[in-house]
Amino acid sequence: MDTVLSVESVNKIYSGGFQALENINLSINKGEIFALLGPNGAGKTTLIGAICGLVKLTSGKITIDGFDHQRDFRSARSKIGLVPQELTTDAFERVIDTVAFSQGLFGLKKDIEYVDKLLKDFSLFDKRNNKLMTLSGGMKRRVMIAKALAHKPEILFLDEPTAGVDVQLRESMWEQIHCLKERGVTIILTTHYIEEAEKMADRIGIINKGKIVQVDEKKSLIKRLGQKTIQIAYDGSLEGQALQDLQSIPNLKLDGQLINYEYQSTSAVEEVPKLFKVLVDHKIPFSEVESKEKSLQDIFVDLVRE
Amino acid sequence: MNYRGIIAIYRFEMARMWRTLGQSIASPVISTCLYFVVFGSALGSRIDKVEGIEYGTFIVPGLVMLTVLTQCISNASFGIYFPKFTGTIYEVLSAPISAFEIVLGYVGAAASKAIIIGSIILATASFFVELKIAHPFYMMAFLVLTTFTFSMFGFLIGIWADGFEKLQIVPLLVITPLTFLGGAFYSIKMLPPFWYKVSLVNPMVYLISGFRWSFYETADVPVGISLIGITLVLTITLSIIYWIFKTGYKLKP
Repeated sequence: MDTVLSVESVNKIYSGGFQALENINLSINKGEIFALLGPNGAGKTTLIGAICGLVKLTSGKITIDGFDHQRDFRSARSKIGLVPQELTTDAFERVIDTVAFSQGLFGLKKDIEYVDKLLKDFSLFDKRNNKLMTLSGGMKRRVMIAKALAHKPEILFLDEPTAGVDVQLRESMWEQIHCLKERGVTIILTTHYIEEAEKMADRIGIINKGKIVQVDEKKSLIKRLGQKTIQIAYDGSLEGQALQDLQSIPNLKLDGQLINYEYQSTSAVEEVPKLFKVLVDHKIPFSEVESKEKSLQDIFVDLVRE
Repeated sequence: MNYRGIIAIYRFEMARMWRTLGQSIASPVISTCLYFVVFGSALGSRIDKVEGIEYGTFIVPGLVMLTVLTQCISNASFGIYFPKFTGTIYEVLSAPISAFEIVLGYVGAAASKAIIIGSIILATASFFVELKIAHPFYMMAFLVLTTFTFSMFGFLIGIWADGFEKLQIVPLLVITPLTFLGGAFYSIKMLPPFWYKVSLVNPMVYLISGFRWSFYETADVPVGISLIGITLVLTITLSIIYWIFKTGYKLKP
């Protein structure tokens, strides 16, 4: 797959000595949705700032669609649209003017037809002549996305796009993000909401204390690091050799009439039959079997805790 | 060169002036009229001619300079400080636009506003006194050089400031006193020798003197030195701005 963004050995040490990014290496594929997960202060916003030219690098190299982000900054930056985390808008500007301003800033001729299309896409057309100060938080967030798309970027950075947004609007934004992906826009989003990453991302990167700790396809990350649990409800009582054989299986716990067995997704083929062999060999009657998978949230918490 | 980017910033800044037309234009015009009423008519009639020029007429270049300098600094400093304060600066810093182009957009707009206001004050003054401009080309040259230089100085203040109070400190505590003491309302030749020499340290003397020369061909210091002085200030401000964008001082962490 084509790489559209490449981050090589990037370090950022702030003037106070705090190291916000440590030897970051990352490649983003063209057309994918990449979710960058991490706790507060992990370095997500600093990394986005470094790529977009808002933060000066201490060392390292960033290439955007083949252009060095410092040496060829014009070509590199024209490929990028940025929606920052904070709702930063010029309160006294009109919606239509602020989106048209973004076009000009990126060196494009004012294209009101395209601005109107964007405003329609984001359900803002009827507010086009309103001042930004009169809009709700959700509308301002959509204006910021429209501004970031005004110059038709190939890569869109969304820093916490649904922070402080209600459930209905969040789902509508997820839809819009999927539409952008269908149009071929590469999307890099940071989020606190694991559900968001789980639902939208093709690949996931986990950053903690300035270091990338995992990058993988969402499905394979869950499969590789995901733990599964089988819960079996049995009838009667367990005693003698049957009890001994069950207790000899690692990670198996007995809880009343329930058998709880935890295993790694990757070792399911070897581990699960062992448990069922014991049940069948000792003729233990069981009435219900339930399987649970560890969520991305659990994986994230484990990785960050490490 | 991102010309459209420069124009976008320029138009955005000029739009603020048209949005706040009252305070942008009416207030400097009203305060100038008050100066003419007080110094021109009420007191001016009792003051002798200065360097052979009626007092009301003599103070016109100084008054224009006083307003233009204040306007340049307040417009340019507010222009760059406000997006820093609201956070909208992210868009300018992440756009394909160079530092030089950013400065040109903000400083160009601040200088344009100051030139418009300076022209309005000159027009207003012509209602009170008989104005003659001996060297219109030099007058415009001084006005443009001064507005660009001090708009750049204002831009620096806007980058340096981390609160609205700091935006006011330099214009109130430095620029206005130096302009008043720089011969806006008198010729420094009228001062005792010691204070005359002290005044020569004040850069405003050179600006006001040069500008007044373009009107009445009378100057406190030679015109060439005035031009060298303003070019020197321009070079210093340009060098500091270059350093700011190179190091990211107060713009990029």
